[in-house]
Amino acid sequence: MSEGFTPGQYIQHHLEHLTLNLKTFQIGNHDAGFWTLNLDTFIVSALIAIFMMVTLGLVARRMTAGVPGKLQNFVEIILDFVDKTVHEVFHTRTVFLPSLALTIFLWVFLMNAMDLLPVDAVPHMLGYAGLEHFKVVPTADPNATFAMSISIFALIIFFNIKVKRHHLLHEMMTFPFGKWMFPVNIAFRLIEECVKPISLALRLFGNMFAGELIFILIAILPWWVQWPPGAIWAIFHILIITLQAFLFMMLTIIYISMAHDTH
Amino acid sequence: MELVSVIGQVQSFSVLAAGLLISLAALGTGIGFGLLGGKFLEGVARQPELGGMLMIRMFIVAGLLDAFAAISIVFGLYLFFASNPFAAAVINAAKTTTAG
Repeated sequence: MSEGFTPGQYIQHHLEHLTLNLKTFQIGNHDAGFWTLNLDTFIVSALIAIFMMVTLGLVARRMTAGVPGKLQNFVEIILDFVDKTVHEVFHTRTVFLPSLALTIFLWVFLMNAMDLLPVDAVPHMLGYAGLEHFKVVPTADPNATFAMSISIFALIIFFNIKVKRHHLLHEMMTFPFGKWMFPVNIAFRLIEECVKPISLALRLFGNMFAGELIFILIAILPWWVQWPPGAIWAIFHILIITLQAFLFMMLTIIYISMAHDTH
Repeated sequence: MELVSVIGQVQSFSVLAAGLLISLAALGTGIGFGLLGGKFLEGVARQPELGGMLMIRMFIVAGLLDAFAAISIVFGLYLFFASNPFAAAVINAAKTTTAG
């Protein structure tokens, strides 16, 4: 913890984003309501995506059928795992869904893994460059998680329409209570679909925000007692970030396979 | 003096609210994890060869279970340690009345 802050101010300081006002294009604390872009979330998630694409691209280009290197082995394990998970749930032949699942899993996992960096490290370094606030964990920002879950919501709607066509309306009207209760059926269906993106986004955001806040609370302690709780929480957090990345991927697969199922 | 007691009252209610947020979340996940782990062990005891598959399913449900409790706990901690908007509003109102 830096000098000259009360604990409350320190936490507040760490929960502020580096923002860009899209009306005036000024960086810093110019609150523009809806037209604010959280630059830190955007930059970190884009960098991670580029890193992931380059690494996977290199592995794919240098692929050998002979003795694979360590990186290739690792990528193959993840690929097999994701492919197996997808095909356990989803039985139609598909190339799109495993690639979507792999992207989501790796990207969310790496974004979550930013949580394991020391809370003061990156903001402190960038502080010398004159940037006051910087949050390194993109998934601890509801904007990022909602962006992902709304994209998945769009995919769910797309697949619903593509697979079922005119049966969709019939299904919405008659499931689960039969055709005489059709207003109730439609209301139920709409609620069910709209809850999906919200719960998907809030779950990831809540977990990552919780993890980050607890790391910040640990950072308030004097430096000589930080290590035991920090280490324990970090080890526990490795489990949580993997679990949440897996869960985001798993729920996406389940939702999209539900869009393919006809009643 | 009256102001101090009003502020104290708001703060004490906020502390109670934070305590409820944290404790109810802990209670809920405690019960949930107990049921989940117990059922998992039952399932594995009945059919040990399904252990791997059941474990993955258990972790999925554990992740579902964990999430909203984590949100609740964090907002409790936030209210407790970081900033209390209710007390801040009262303190601001007190400042304007004593100044004016």
